[in-house]
Amino acid sequence: MLSFILILIAGAFFTGIIIRTKSIASGRKGPGILQPINDVVRLFKKGAVYSRTTSFIFQMAPTIYFSSVVMAMMLIPFGQSKGLISFNGDFVFFAYVLALGKFFSIISAMDTGSSFEGMGASRESLYSLLAEPAFFILMGSFALLTGYTSFQEMFAALHLGSYISYAIAILATFVLVMIAMIENSRMPIDDPKTHLELTMIHEVMILDNSGFDLGLILSAGYLKFALYGAIIVNLFIGMVPYPYAIPLFFIIQFLLAIIIGLIESFIARFRMSHNPQFIFALTSVSLLIFFGVLLVLGKFI
Amino acid sequence: MIPAFLAICFFVILTIPFVGVKYKGILVYLAIVVNAGLTGYLAIQALTGLPFETIFPGSTVTGAIALRLDALSAWFILIINFIFITGGFYGFFYMKAYQNQSKNLSLHGIAFLLLYSALISLTVIQNGMVFLIAWEIMALSAFVGVIFEHEKMATVKAGFNYLIQSHVSILFLMLGFMWAAYKTGSYDFQVLSNYTTGEKGAATVILFTTFFVGFAFKAGFVPFHTWLPYAHPAAPAHISGIMSGVMIKIGIFGILRMMLVIKPDFAIIGYIILVVSVISGLYGVMLAIVQHNLKRLLAYHSIENIGIIGMGIGLGSIGLGTGNLVLATLGFAAALLHVWNHALFKSLLFFTAGNVYQATHTLNIEQLGGLIKKMPQTAFLFLIAAIAISGLPPFNGFISEFILYSGLYHWLLDARLLSLVAIVFAILGLVMIGGLAMLCFTKAFGVVFLGNARQAFKHEVHEVSFQQLIPLYLIVFFIVAIGFFPGFFLKLLIEPVSLLAGNSGVAGIFEINTMQTMQQISWAAWGFIVLISVIFIVRKLVSRKRTIAVEPTWGCGYVKPTANMQYTASSFIRSYTKLFKPLLLSYKKEKNIQGIFPADGFFESHPYDKLEKWLIDTPIMEFKSFMSRFIFLQNGRLQFYILYGIIFIISIISIPIVYDMFIHLIGYFKQL
Repeated sequence: MLSFILILIAGAFFTGIIIRTKSIASGRKGPGILQPINDVVRLFKKGAVYSRTTSFIFQMAPTIYFSSVVMAMMLIPFGQSKGLISFNGDFVFFAYVLALGKFFSIISAMDTGSSFEGMGASRESLYSLLAEPAFFILMGSFALLTGYTSFQEMFAALHLGSYISYAIAILATFVLVMIAMIENSRMPIDDPKTHLELTMIHEVMILDNSGFDLGLILSAGYLKFALYGAIIVNLFIGMVPYPYAIPLFFIIQFLLAIIIGLIESFIARFRMSHNPQFIFALTSVSLLIFFGVLLVLGKFI
Repeated sequence: MIPAFLAICFFVILTIPFVGVKYKGILVYLAIVVNAGLTGYLAIQALTGLPFETIFPGSTVTGAIALRLDALSAWFILIINFIFITGGFYGFFYMKAYQNQSKNLSLHGIAFLLLYSALISLTVIQNGMVFLIAWEIMALSAFVGVIFEHEKMATVKAGFNYLIQSHVSILFLMLGFMWAAYKTGSYDFQVLSNYTTGEKGAATVILFTTFFVGFAFKAGFVPFHTWLPYAHPAAPAHISGIMSGVMIKIGIFGILRMMLVIKPDFAIIGYIILVVSVISGLYGVMLAIVQHNLKRLLAYHSIENIGIIGMGIGLGSIGLGTGNLVLATLGFAAALLHVWNHALFKSLLFFTAGNVYQATHTLNIEQLGGLIKKMPQTAFLFLIAAIAISGLPPFNGFISEFILYSGLYHWLLDARLLSLVAIVFAILGLVMIGGLAMLCFTKAFGVVFLGNARQAFKHEVHEVSFQQLIPLYLIVFFIVAIGFFPGFFLKLLIEPVSLLAGNSGVAGIFEINTMQTMQQISWAAWGFIVLISVIFIVRKLVSRKRTIAVEPTWGCGYVKPTANMQYTASSFIRSYTKLFKPLLLSYKKEKNIQGIFPADGFFESHPYDKLEKWLIDTPIMEFKSFMSRFIFLQNGRLQFYILYGIIFIISIISIPIVYDMFIHLIGYFKQL
């Protein structure tokens, strides 16, 4: 429950901080940190325009997409306190429920019959499938390291002791940040601020969404960032008592947002054809973590 | 019970040709329902722990014929019954379009009933010889079922391809049973089982592998899969649904049965099955993505799902071999549950594909589009099945894949280096399969049902009759029920899994390990639905007073978009095909548009199977070119043919004589 509320709060600020960081890095003052939330609230109040081609899929999809992210949030623990739902292998459910949301966002893009949106849908489905193995191997490494297979037990048992385990935690952070970037279609993969439909991924899929639906999709994106941020926080807080853990949660989320803002400011988007290699390279990084864990456990004979 | 079962079959088969064309379907269907009732009763008893056994005296050739209906048979019988009841009902309406082909329908009805009876018999017969006969009946009746539209060349070709490959499969089974009979002097499985208990090591592994190859042909494991993508699209929809839903599963049944009977070295067998399965799964879905024919696409997905089932069997077997009972339980439970899950969603997909074919007369997805507006119910059913087959929650596909993941991650906890490599390989494989399946079904659903129609049809496209949709809704009911109440269905699995694991501790493991998790997943699924409904209602309430406008799709400023500008299936998967190019094979024909006043250009691509080219086409071509060297022998002159005959007879007579002389000569030399 605690983590759910914390992620909601962090989600409200996260994207604002990213945008602010980007503005400052490019020498502008930039909008307030709450601007993304204001945008969503404004969208919630607006009417909508639907394409003539679309069907009930298009009406349903944003709701399901948003629900899938909220559902995934419920699975995230916070240190010693469990998520709302917690069971052995819940990270499988986590990944698959997010995939369900993606399934609907892809078919809703196909529903408009627009070639641009089809393009985005095609890329989204390919990239998300390539990012998935990294996550599962990462979780496998944690399961191997701790001997548990649920988020809460794994993170609670994750003690950072030796140098290798620090290396593992840092690599894991890197993998999770990158997965978050891919899931949200952010910079090295996709540029959310691009103006050309041909080079977009996520933005082009939601060209026809408007009003309440667009608000849902945008807020789902904000929450997704905080969601992955929360997983990263969990890597570090393990046994820390709440009075320290909660500020730590916000500090780490804040740092993460700044890091993402800086990445977006100083790295150019990859060529579309280079994306798959990059994404799949993440899997090798997580395999590296896996072998690191084997080293720690002395199973590397 | 058994005489009643057989009597109904014989009576109906003999009367079908003489009844009116309207009643043929009803008669066959009634026979199947009654027989399903009979066998279902026995099966449910077996699932509750009361196996059924009877032994017929048989003949001198076969020896005693044992029929044993244990929990494993029961599980498969229930699946076969369910799919035949729904598929038969669907087929009854599907076949209404062919009312004028009375004789053809009689034959089809007979084949359908025979296929059902043969499948049921195969699950209980425990005598090698009779098993082979039933196997042959199944293969032949399925062949007749496939070539219903035999006036089409492609259909007959696909039928023969299937017939030949299923006989290669029989060859391997025959080898296995002959070897067993040679060693034990009996065809009975029990005797073989007693024999192999004492026998350890290479002999059992090789015997099992022989059976495995035979059954793998039927199940469609890579590289024995090449008949599937031909036979499934050629057959009528209900036959494809049944073939993919249950007939290929009889291969899985055979593998599991032989595991019980032969008890080979489970660890080695497990690793072999696991590796073959992961490759099957990946290869199946990779090829499924590039298909343009909807039913062919589904056929490749069957290969993928057989891979997933095989992974479960592999895990279970490794669990048995290493004494890890939890792993064995989870592996076999995942495999058995996925057998049913796949039977459900794959038959549903084939039936909906049949609806699409009936409405549009084409299965080429590049010509379809926007069907959701014409056929909303079919689209909805297809969507449910597509989500389920991609293994996404909250439907049944997720449950079995989740159990498989639990097995893999459980195994991870006490693994050594070799098994760790296998685990990483399997996890990567399963994750990639899931992701690729999602890519494939977003493509299939998106292109066939969404957007605008890519081609105008001369006839009106409309939804099929409601009666035809009833069995489809029944299937959906189970797809959803397994997703939302997994615990209930897992309880049914306790008996078969205990049988496979050879241990009664399974029930306890279910209780501790799986049931709680399933309870949580069930809660999560319900929570998810409630969440969606709440947000949807809020959305309705909020947007009620707002202005809702309906406009054309945003075309980035272009105001005259046409349906041809939509993303096609090929373009949707273009980045995928570029990425996986080394593994795929595609024949292309194209003519570019050139010059100032260009003539018509065109582009065609035909996806093909690289393994099929290497393993089937190339060897056949080599063999043909080798044989063509001897073509001078076939010169069409009678005198020469008589000469060949005489040469043959002389050599038959003289070879033994020459051989004797040779031996004699050698003996002669030895004396020196």
